[in-house]
Amino acid sequence: MALVGDALSHVALPGLAIGILLNFYPFIGAFAFLFGSAVAIWYLRKITRLSFETLVGTMFTLALAIGILIIPEVDLLEALFGDITKVVLVDAVLAVIFSAVAIILTKIIYNRLVLSIISEELATSSRVNVSRINLLYLILVSLVVSIGIKIVGTMLVGFLVVTPAAAAKNISYNKFRYSVLSGSFGVASASAGVLLSSSLNLPAGPLAVLSGMTIFLITVTMRWASK
Amino acid sequence: MVEKDYILQVSKLGVKLQDQVILEDINFKLKKGKTLAIVGPNGAGKTVLFRTLLNLVPHTGEIEWTDQVKIGYVPQTMYVSDIPISVKEFLTFKSSANVKEALESVGLEAKDFMNKPLGVLSGGQLQRVLIAWAIIDNPNVLLFDEPTMGVDLGSVEAIYKMLDDLRKRREITILLISHDVHIIRDYSDYMLALNRCVTFFGNSKKIGDLKVQRMIFGEPVCLAYNVE
Repeated sequence: MALVGDALSHVALPGLAIGILLNFYPFIGAFAFLFGSAVAIWYLRKITRLSFETLVGTMFTLALAIGILIIPEVDLLEALFGDITKVVLVDAVLAVIFSAVAIILTKIIYNRLVLSIISEELATSSRVNVSRINLLYLILVSLVVSIGIKIVGTMLVGFLVVTPAAAAKNISYNKFRYSVLSGSFGVASASAGVLLSSSLNLPAGPLAVLSGMTIFLITVTMRWASK
Repeated sequence: MVEKDYILQVSKLGVKLQDQVILEDINFKLKKGKTLAIVGPNGAGKTVLFRTLLNLVPHTGEIEWTDQVKIGYVPQTMYVSDIPISVKEFLTFKSSANVKEALESVGLEAKDFMNKPLGVLSGGQLQRVLIAWAIIDNPNVLLFDEPTMGVDLGSVEAIYKMLDDLRKRREITILLISHDVHIIRDYSDYMLALNRCVTFFGNSKKIGDLKVQRMIFGEPVCLAYNVE
């Protein structure tokens, strides 16, 4: 499930393209596509028992191909890599609202989600509806990805979903520390990317990725040193 | 209605998954406070039987538990190696009360293990934590699917001794799946042998009998047992 966040981010591309072509707010198109794909992946997994990775991999390559075909060339780079200079107040307000929803939803399902990952059987025997938790997880990922797309684009937003958590995992011994550090590293990577972008006059997305990677490498070193 | 002194009664139980018969005509009953070992070759339907008893799998026939039954379940496998979660956090998924007591019931010092990540525990320690998980909310029935798989030989005996002590102290009924013949003989009261159907049900001391062993692990013979 770890790579679901990265692969799912590419699924937003056709949604962005449709938003641009039909002249409505592209963010809505991106989220609608992400949400629809999340539901489709969840349903396909239920009936085929194929792994999430297989289904998401299929969906993302299809979405990428469709997105590249239909998005106007002039907007392609922005869709793929984001453009912080195009972020307006509406985007910021929506990001705050979506973030709040994501945080609340995560808090509600966190224990059941972790239990389902540890052991589906243990979760099911404890009356956890694993299928419903998987669907909520996919919706959460869709929410989080759609928040970051405007700034870092569909190619790089997956990094922000996966890498801060991976960095936190290197130096965490319990879930409280893990969730606090994951969030902190995500904020630190994105903030560093934005600040560096304004001082170096370079795109924020790749700089956020480089910042996040630096954090990840530091935690790898800390883990290695602690052995 | 389950008879007095019995905790579980299974009648004509059948399970079919994807058009394949996994279990058919399973009949047995189990007295309270006893240990039932479920044995059979790989693919005999042992884990499916457990999942059916937990009502996780559609089935035909009847499964009757006594009133107010509370089941604790320990699955065969659990993936924990890189998940940052402590023993205390794992146990509080189920119940925040009795964490210390549950750990000490399974022979783990609470102060040493509460804050340890699950991923650093040995096979035997992890199994004990899973047992603590199963008992933390005071069940009266425990289902163990191969409780010592992946555990070193030295710890296997200790875990079964601990389970036996738990059973006596808390008056728990235990159902366990095991391939270990001497564990079946020494730590269970009854044995149910499966190979799609019931091939043997009776006193577990009979596992020492070569004829019974051939019956269980050799060519399957479906026998009809009347539940009286």
